[in-house]
Amino acid sequence: MKLTQLSLFLENKPSHLKVPCRILADAGVNIITLSLADTKQFGILRLIVRDWERAKEALEAKDCVVKCTDVVAVEVPDKPGGLAALLEAIEGCGLNIEYMYAFTERRGDRAVMVFRFEDPDAAVEALGKAGVNVVGGVDLFDAE
Amino acid sequence: MSGPRKDCGEAFHPASATDYLPKDKLDTLKLSRLQQITRHAYENVPHYQKALGEKGVTPDDIKTLEDTAKLPFTVKSDLRDAYPYDMFAVPMHEVVRVHASSGTTGKPTVVAYTQEDVDVWSSVMVRTFASYGLHQGDIIQNAYGYGLFTGGLGAHYGGETLGATVIPISGGNTDRQIMIMKDFGVTAICCTPSYFLFIIERAAELGVDIHDLPLKAGVFGAEPWTDEMRVRIEAQSGIKAFDIYGLSEIIGPGVGAECHAQAGLHLFEDHFLPEIIDPETGEVLPDGEEGELVLTTLSKWAMPLLRYRTRDITCLIPEPCACGRTIRRIRRISRRSDDMFIIRGVNVYPSQVETALLAVEGTLPHYQIRLRRDGNLDNMIVEVEVTPEVFSDKVRALEDVRKKLSSSIEHVCGIHVTVTLVEPNTIERSQGKAKRVIDERNI
Repeated sequence: MKLTQLSLFLENKPSHLKVPCRILADAGVNIITLSLADTKQFGILRLIVRDWERAKEALEAKDCVVKCTDVVAVEVPDKPGGLAALLEAIEGCGLNIEYMYAFTERRGDRAVMVFRFEDPDAAVEALGKAGVNVVGGVDLFDAE
Repeated sequence: MSGPRKDCGEAFHPASATDYLPKDKLDTLKLSRLQQITRHAYENVPHYQKALGEKGVTPDDIKTLEDTAKLPFTVKSDLRDAYPYDMFAVPMHEVVRVHASSGTTGKPTVVAYTQEDVDVWSSVMVRTFASYGLHQGDIIQNAYGYGLFTGGLGAHYGGETLGATVIPISGGNTDRQIMIMKDFGVTAICCTPSYFLFIIERAAELGVDIHDLPLKAGVFGAEPWTDEMRVRIEAQSGIKAFDIYGLSEIIGPGVGAECHAQAGLHLFEDHFLPEIIDPETGEVLPDGEEGELVLTTLSKWAMPLLRYRTRDITCLIPEPCACGRTIRRIRRISRRSDDMFIIRGVNVYPSQVETALLAVEGTLPHYQIRLRRDGNLDNMIVEVEVTPEVFSDKVRALEDVRKKLSSSIEHVCGIHVTVTLVEPNTIERSQGKAKRVIDERNI
């Protein structure tokens, strides 16, 4: 199952990160998790929010450039070796990880990792076959 | 330490005699050449036959110097459209030299010279060097680029005809430039003013103080530079820094030169007839008023140009010069009427940058060009707004976009640029003509 991630372009300058965060705050959108990739000149802010369509609308209304990307959330045992084993399974499927980051919250004794694959559908299928627990938006968000 | 310390005395060269012609003799000479060149262009260049015909003018209508205003203007695109040889007024076997404008892709502007034209060019360059006080016995280091660019060969032939010793070193390899400047006893250098500042800096790093060398004069041109920059150069080197004016469409360097007063550039009017016009209306303005410089080549046989719009903004100085020359001066050029700028010796138009951006993205993003001087070298930074089309969630993909944009711009403009991606709506929108270029250099 895939999740919709929003990504935003930011110039790497003081106070630029605050702007989209304030826009979302004013729209009453809660950020579930995020990741910030930075280069010398610019950054890409990646966000997972509950109502991504509303969030996208609010951001675009304030002239932000927003991209929607399908990402894959995977459960990982929250103990040493949990991630390593998962990465081995992913490698075993021949999948390439573009980037990844973690969810802020745990589900019991498991953590959730977000992965960006080149072909998310193929990745979901391959991981499913390999017995990896791919988590869907329904599971994630309804657990609130 | 301020002001030049070396003696750079004036020398009189016979070729300079024309600089001091009494005004009535000068005007008579100008008029007869104007009539001759108009007829030559009309009879031999289809473009001019058509252009004069459209205005209902024939060469017989040129009876006074004021009648120059009856002739049609010539603009850069006329020359581009004529690529390569359609503006030539003589058969190819009479052309002994061609040069072309800078610009590595697209159609350059081609110019041509008969042997007589080459001789005229040498003679105005001799008058240029003489006005700086250079003469036989001087050792001239010519660091202008040799090749299709008119700077290198123009200065070279001028120096040789003057009777000086010319070192045809061309551009680049700064350490070697400094070694030769020191070891060969160079007394004058020809290069761009920003390159000379670079040489001063590098020389200091190498333990060479230019004050201690025989170098006494610099012939600086090919880019705009201010009096403030002149003061810096003279203070940091002890030499006298002279301005030279030219453009390849007219002849190359040697259209105008400063004298020892360093208060404007004397134009060699007997060969290049100047007018100042209002760039919007085309009306001819009196001496003292600022406008666009228009030049008519009075003696260029292979490729005569009538009323060529240079796009340089200046004025003709009405007062006579202390040096006694009767050929009029123009004020130093500080800006242009179009949006062309010069960076690291290369002419760049924002429209070229637009073409390059369009080629990558398919649509034209909002962009702005920033020119900065870091140390002594200029940088061109192109800021491009990110659009949904090019934005990606992957850093790699955005970096690729940046690289594609900068390659495309470099390919079209011919120089290395830095592309910075900026957020949407960062670049100022304007109602009228957008301010595409922000020049932060203090030249």
